Amino acid sequence: MTGTGRITAALPFPVAARRQLADGQLRDNLRRATRTIRDRRARTVAQVPDWEALRAAGTAIKDDVLGRLPELLEQFEAAAGAAGAQVHWARDAAEACAVVTDLVRATGADEVVKVKSMATQEIGLNEALAAAGISAVETDLAELIVQLAGDTPSHILVPAIHYNRRQIRDILAAGLPAADAARLTDDPAVLAEVARYRLRQRFLTARVAVCGANFAVAETGSLVVVESEGNGRMCLTLPETLICVVGVEKVVPTFTDLEVFLQLLPASATGERMNPYTSVWTGVRPGDGPRSVHVVLLDNGRSDTLADRVGRQALRCIRCSACLNVCPVYEQVGGHAYGSTYPGPIGAILSPQLTGPDGGANRTLPYASTLCGACYDVCPVRINIPEVLVHLRQVGVDARRDRPSPERAALRAMSWVMRDRRRYRAALRAARRGAAPLRRVGGRRGGVRRLPWPLSAWTTARDAPLPPGQTFGEWWAGRNPEAHR
Amino acid sequence: MTARADILARLRAARATAPGVVPRDYDRAPVVADLIGVFVDRLADYRAGVHRTGSDRLPEVLAGLLPDNGVLVVPPGLPADWLAGRAGPVRRDGTPGPLSVTDLAADGVSVLTGCAVGVARTGTIVLDCAPDQGRRLLTLVPDHHVCVVRATQVTAGLPGALARLADPTRPLTFVSGPSATSDIELTRVEGVHGPRRLDVVVVDDR
Repeated sequence: MTGTGRITAALPFPVAARRQLADGQLRDNLRRATRTIRDRRARTVAQVPDWEALRAAGTAIKDDVLGRLPELLEQFEAAAGAAGAQVHWARDAAEACAVVTDLVRATGADEVVKVKSMATQEIGLNEALAAAGISAVETDLAELIVQLAGDTPSHILVPAIHYNRRQIRDILAAGLPAADAARLTDDPAVLAEVARYRLRQRFLTARVAVCGANFAVAETGSLVVVESEGNGRMCLTLPETLICVVGVEKVVPTFTDLEVFLQLLPASATGERMNPYTSVWTGVRPGDGPRSVHVVLLDNGRSDTLADRVGRQALRCIRCSACLNVCPVYEQVGGHAYGSTYPGPIGAILSPQLTGPDGGANRTLPYASTLCGACYDVCPVRINIPEVLVHLRQVGVDARRDRPSPERAALRAMSWVMRDRRRYRAALRAARRGAAPLRRVGGRRGGVRRLPWPLSAWTTARDAPLPPGQTFGEWWAGRNPEAHR
Repeated sequence: MTARADILARLRAARATAPGVVPRDYDRAPVVADLIGVFVDRLADYRAGVHRTGSDRLPEVLAGLLPDNGVLVVPPGLPADWLAGRAGPVRRDGTPGPLSVTDLAADGVSVLTGCAVGVARTGTIVLDCAPDQGRRLLTLVPDHHVCVVRATQVTAGLPGALARLADPTRPLTFVSGPSATSDIELTRVEGVHGPRRLDVVVVDDR
């Protein structure tokens, strides 16, 4: 099923990226935040002696899951059902939103409290609920900030990473009575207190909560939410009805498997040994927590992704966002440039696979990378993101073979030149002669900023290097005239 | 075709890899020389209050943490002798009826519980709703949580802790320090929606 919802880039990545790059404040905020979080992750991971063995286990568990997803989902459904949960299935974003909307309507509530969840962001649930007259209140501090600002998240884990404390102060102050707003400082402790004050009554009176899940255990039918603030626990415990939207790939076979992921996830995500709160619950528990628990299992492009031999490894993702924090491209452009709920390196391989290559400008996302490989190094489930990026580029090129391409014409010409030594030498000589005047202009940098059309396409985002005054072959021949003829 | 049948059919058609064997070479039973020392160190690192005592002095230590002028809430099965040092009011959940959210959300409420298991390496306590811990909201809504951990309940790592849980289908809450957020410039701030103060009393019963 082709994925729909908020996973489709409206603008080609280079266009969107250029817009973001113009915002100096944004780049400053991102640089500081990504540096802080990746240093913290590195320090914490260095303290875990069996880190690589945990990564290997996490990878293998997820691969095993992808090898038997249908059976595991049926097992989960049976176990969760036996424990009192109701399991629903949704092919795409619209179907998932309709299921959730109907469930909320059936309770008669016109407001839901929400735990931060990528799946509900992906399907655009808040907008769908609003269209049905139901308001959705985000209760994670960063999600709340983004919602109050009328903005969209720019990071998987820290959705408001693109704002600094002063900007957050202004966003929160706008919703307060004037007298309180005037006293509000930009101290993070004070700002967190505002969130507590704003949401406390909402938690205590909410009748319906909506959440996602980090893991769903097939063996027991349990769901797992990993969080920090306690807003998750409030939503999972206090309302009468709980609706949980879960991507089909979130299932793990056994409860024991959590011993791997509950070590990998917090260290990779926030760089903590353990996050403050993790909740695990199984169906309905009489006298404790919600009386009605619904689980919506979501495909939305995952089955299509699973069909791709190389690309399916993206479904191992546990949404830790470590790849965002180390990515030199993300650090410069931020999450909004990717145009999808899933930004950064993982987004560049996940969004185009979920929607298929014809989803908006998603075809441009696999090029949003230098292929440096830092994302692969930090990935707790060893997703070879560079491999998938190159694969998706290839798929993209293959899909357009019937159309003329200047790049292909240039490479074909180059291949003809390089196939013959004499032709190659002559071409080098010609290039050097042609570059001689440019070298005087280009000066010490040894490169040219802008080439004339049609080569200008190459230099829009990079300098063109100038050929050297002498090749290695010529230099060698000059030193050893005997050996070289 | 129902959504269920459709999705399962698509997943069946898409699948190409065979189910695999999972290497469990990671350390499932790490050896930690000073188990309690590490546990206490990690808890303090998260800015939880940590107190070590022998079983004989437990009521005294608890009385010091729970001022008599505040309201103390306890789960139905909390050992009565833990409260031997207390003169102030105690409200036991379930006696006569269950406590309401409003009761728990009032200012100055503390809750005192036991726990299922502790994890030294991560400074984590696991609650599993056993009678000495009670319903989930008891340890969530009050602003102050005091948790008693017996030294024999502490395991070195997470794998050992999960293995020791009596029933994984009970509601489980893994707590590592007080509620916190890092959403503003990645600065950690303790105390958002969960209890803003967490005191852990480690009882040396070995």
